[in-house]
Amino acid sequence: MEQGPSAERRHRDGARAAAPLAIAVAAFGISFGLLARAEGWGWAAPVVMSATTFAGSSQFAALSVLGDGGTVAAAVTAALLLNARYAPIGVSVAPYMSGSAWSRFLHAQLIVDESWAISAEGHGRYNTRMLIGAGLTLYAAWIAGTAVGSLFGDALADPEALGLDAAFPALFLALLVPQIRDRRALAAALLGAAIAVVLTPVAPAGVPIIAASAACLLGVRRT
Amino acid sequence: MTSVWVTVAVVGAGTAAIKALGPVALGGRALPERFTNVVSLLAPALLAALVAVQALGAERSIVLDERLLGLAAAGIAIWRKAPLLVVVIVAACVTALVRLAA
Repeated sequence: MEQGPSAERRHRDGARAAAPLAIAVAAFGISFGLLARAEGWGWAAPVVMSATTFAGSSQFAALSVLGDGGTVAAAVTAALLLNARYAPIGVSVAPYMSGSAWSRFLHAQLIVDESWAISAEGHGRYNTRMLIGAGLTLYAAWIAGTAVGSLFGDALADPEALGLDAAFPALFLALLVPQIRDRRALAAALLGAAIAVVLTPVAPAGVPIIAASAACLLGVRRT
Repeated sequence: MTSVWVTVAVVGAGTAAIKALGPVALGGRALPERFTNVVSLLAPALLAALVAVQALGAERSIVLDERLLGLAAAGIAIWRKAPLLVVVIVAACVTALVRLAA
């Protein structure tokens, strides 16, 4: 990629914004590697999955479905349902992704909730360089964590004891607050959260988040 | 072992396709205004849903646990305009301390 110094700085800005999260992501990578190892996945399959799927919750879902004796079809369905939210998320950043179809395909792989949220500039605008910088940082942390967990997991601490599971909602809250610029955004946020909470006990994992994206249809109404 | 590798391959390919759908199909093109209005609300809607599910969800249920206190502490840090790193650390530390105390 040919880019000037200011463009480089923006990649770095994305990486810097993702750095605190990278620690939590690495810790969850470690727990994924560890659990996969315990389920008899060996060390290679978890690392390959982290490198090719790069979507934590869906990897845990596939692991637990197979671990509970579920079929491959059930594991794949659960994982892909969890990742279905990346379709609307991908559409939201698409206008800001330029370059060849191949480079757009590769850059799109760096989309995860956290990198997408970091790249959001409000009013539906996204900074692709922030997305790439943050995405690469988290990608490296996720793969490294998975490798560490699956190779020497037994010696490491439990991420829940360190409170790392609370780091994710805190991050999303910190990224949500600046997005609430008007009453429509506030209404969409409240409706999205309500849909997710109501559906969590009754729908398979992943469905509540996808259904919550329907709250953006409030934007159909003219103001 | 084969079922593990088949799962890894299919989930990997499927996820790559889902992520790339928008950027490959419409990359670089501006969306119609009506559509932009809808997509601009996607960030608040999905981020709020992620906050809710990550703070309250556990398997197929809603539980109130130590994470909520961590999130409340994070809320105070955000309100005091703390940097992102501080917000995340505050949430993790408060949650860990409450768990330790319990």
